[in-house]
Amino acid sequence: MATLRNKFVPLGAAVAALALLSSLAPAPRVVHAQAAPTATAAPAAATPVNSCLDCHSSLPEPYGVTQDKFSQDIHSQKGLTCTSCHGGDNTSYDPTVAMSPAKGWKNFKDRKSIPQMCGSCHGNPTFMKQYDPGLRTDQLAQYHTSVHGKRLAAGDTKVAVCIDCHSVHDIRPPSDPHSTVYPLNIATTCSRCHSDAAYMKDYKIPTNQFANYNTSVHHDAMVNHGDLSAPTCTTCHGNHGAAPPGVDKVENVCANCHVFQAQMYEKSTHNKAFADRGLPGCVVCHSNHGIHMPSDAMLGTGPEGVCMRCHAPGDHCDRARVRIQNGLSQLDDSITAADKELRLAEDSGMEVSEARLAQDQAKDSLTKARVTIHSYQAALVENDIAAGMKIANKDLQAGKDAMVERDHRRIGLGISIFAIVIVLVGFWLYIRNKHY
Amino acid sequence: MSVFTAIYRWIDDRLHLDDILEFLRHKVVPIHSLSYWYFFGGMTLLLFIIQVITGILLLLYYHAGASEAFESVQYIMTQVQFGWLIRSIHSWSANLMILTAFAHMFSVVFLKAYRKPREMTWVSGMLLLFLVMGFGFSGYLLPWNTLAFFATKVGTEMAGQVPIVGHPLMVFLRGGDEVTGATLTRFFGFHVAVLPGIVTVLIAIHLFLVLRQGMSVPPKVELEWEAHPESRKEMRFFPNFALRETMAWYVVIGILGALAAIFPWNLGVKADPFISAPAGIKPEWYFLFMFQTLKLIPSKVWFIDGEVLGILGCSLVALLWTLLPFFEGDKPSNTKRWITGVSIFALFYMIGMTIYGYLAK
Repeated sequence: MATLRNKFVPLGAAVAALALLSSLAPAPRVVHAQAAPTATAAPAAATPVNSCLDCHSSLPEPYGVTQDKFSQDIHSQKGLTCTSCHGGDNTSYDPTVAMSPAKGWKNFKDRKSIPQMCGSCHGNPTFMKQYDPGLRTDQLAQYHTSVHGKRLAAGDTKVAVCIDCHSVHDIRPPSDPHSTVYPLNIATTCSRCHSDAAYMKDYKIPTNQFANYNTSVHHDAMVNHGDLSAPTCTTCHGNHGAAPPGVDKVENVCANCHVFQAQMYEKSTHNKAFADRGLPGCVVCHSNHGIHMPSDAMLGTGPEGVCMRCHAPGDHCDRARVRIQNGLSQLDDSITAADKELRLAEDSGMEVSEARLAQDQAKDSLTKARVTIHSYQAALVENDIAAGMKIANKDLQAGKDAMVERDHRRIGLGISIFAIVIVLVGFWLYIRNKHY
Repeated sequence: MSVFTAIYRWIDDRLHLDDILEFLRHKVVPIHSLSYWYFFGGMTLLLFIIQVITGILLLLYYHAGASEAFESVQYIMTQVQFGWLIRSIHSWSANLMILTAFAHMFSVVFLKAYRKPREMTWVSGMLLLFLVMGFGFSGYLLPWNTLAFFATKVGTEMAGQVPIVGHPLMVFLRGGDEVTGATLTRFFGFHVAVLPGIVTVLIAIHLFLVLRQGMSVPPKVELEWEAHPESRKEMRFFPNFALRETMAWYVVIGILGALAAIFPWNLGVKADPFISAPAGIKPEWYFLFMFQTLKLIPSKVWFIDGEVLGILGCSLVALLWTLLPFFEGDKPSNTKRWITGVSIFALFYMIGMTIYGYLAK
């Protein structure tokens, strides 16, 4: 019996699949023929599942929405249908009934109504809780505070509304890699407007942010190293409440991640000096969208140097700059030299793992010194450098000692081998002489 | 009368040393074109003695325990005077001992020295080879580094595949279901107490049999000597052969010292049971041919699990190999050629699989 039943399982599944496919397959032409008679006369099987998709799947953009596209939409997956947003009656194939204003149908040609429509659910905690209790419901309130929201309220319909960033009819959750607001895709989504010089012409703001961002250390971390927590546009500007951080708030934005640098900068002389001159904190040295990996060359006088853009050669600050730069360079060189010596010792089979471990502390000191630069106090930076130098010099010495030890071993081996050869020759002569 | 002569006389009065020396004076070693293969047994014995001495020295500082084993070996290598040399010699000597044991075994096979009346010598030698590999397996874990940890995990898992007794055996070896500090303590016990005790007894039996029965000669040489007794060549064991063996020992000590000084044995990174196994992890070279064989067997052969089949197959081959003398002809004139063929195949298979195992990813 079991065998017989098993044989019927695939057959049953095939029948069920065919039935399901039949129910999902869009067949507008046939459906329209069936829809022509009055609704009461139509057989129960002809009642459409979703008359909107049956028709709109064969329409061109911007009215075309296929079943395949809509099935990707998180709203569709959660059981919402076209009428959930557009109203109307999706059980009728009669356009005048299906899209009847009397049945609440709306077309959203007025872009200003879109945030309100989305917000009617997404701003309602009670409603949203049934889908995801953790989901925020302040998007609309935030949007009203954004540059986009304020301009829309003022009548500028070119600005972004919900569907410009989240797309429409195939809205995916931000965790979906195909979503337009997935961390890796956010910069591209923003750039669709902000890199379009013609579109942005009236706003008189630069359109090179995306190009600059693509050269930045943040982009490198995000795209090349797959760090999805790395900053993208919305990390600094906000998403629904998107706005420029403002000159006086830049360091607060950077401080979200770069905590220690911000704490030191807060207490530094530069904080007041920049504020007095209306300079945007961190951006003065590091720029904004095109932030490159900082290097010690930023302290130098070459093309990457930033200090001498403001300071005069030979002044108190320039002398401090030289001390810091030399100290960092010295520590970096010492760590590299110790690394090289230890590697040589390791390649010779010497056990230097303790010194190797200590090298991490020396590197930590170098990193700490580079962070302490934001205090702009040479003495504090030199403290960190001195701590690192002490460790690096000790490690270098450990490497050198290991190499001396290796040479001693080889000399000892040479003497031993010589002694063994002498003994072997002695044995050989003894055996030969004694005819053993 | 010198002091030494007086002491000798004193001992001789009680133990009759002259009888033993008389036995040694009359003991002879055959001379033929393949006599140099006789040295490998002695070399293996020398390396075992070195293992015992260096092992005892390591015991002075080694601590068996998951939290201190690695650190104690690190201490031996960095802080203890000549600790690096002792540990490196111990590790290199272990590997050379297995190498010379294999060379000794194959020399015995190809010279057909296992034939009657030396069946017991062969069986005791094979048991010694298995125990020496057991030394290698148990000693490998003792530094408690990453490679050792995962090699032990894989090795004991393989033991666990044996039908019926596999799981209890694995739990017995590990001291639980996982490789932990309990496994290390157990392996330490096997390595320094259980195995040395058994091996010492077996070596004594093996040497007694060799001394009692004398050295075998290849069948061809034996037949020739039987036909032409005047062509028989022999040398005295003492001092002639002993002097030559001593020379071989000196060469081994030289090689061992050179390896230990130029390529000190790496300590690796301390084992962390919570990390995943390093990619492409492989056992020590002497287990590699078996490991590679098991890898090549499909996961299912008919209805039998591939790994189980492989382990049972290897065990069966090892058993048949141990019983090799019992398949051989009694007389030098009727030795089995197929055994030589199988032996050549076995040698090339082991070498080939070992190289393949090294090159395979």
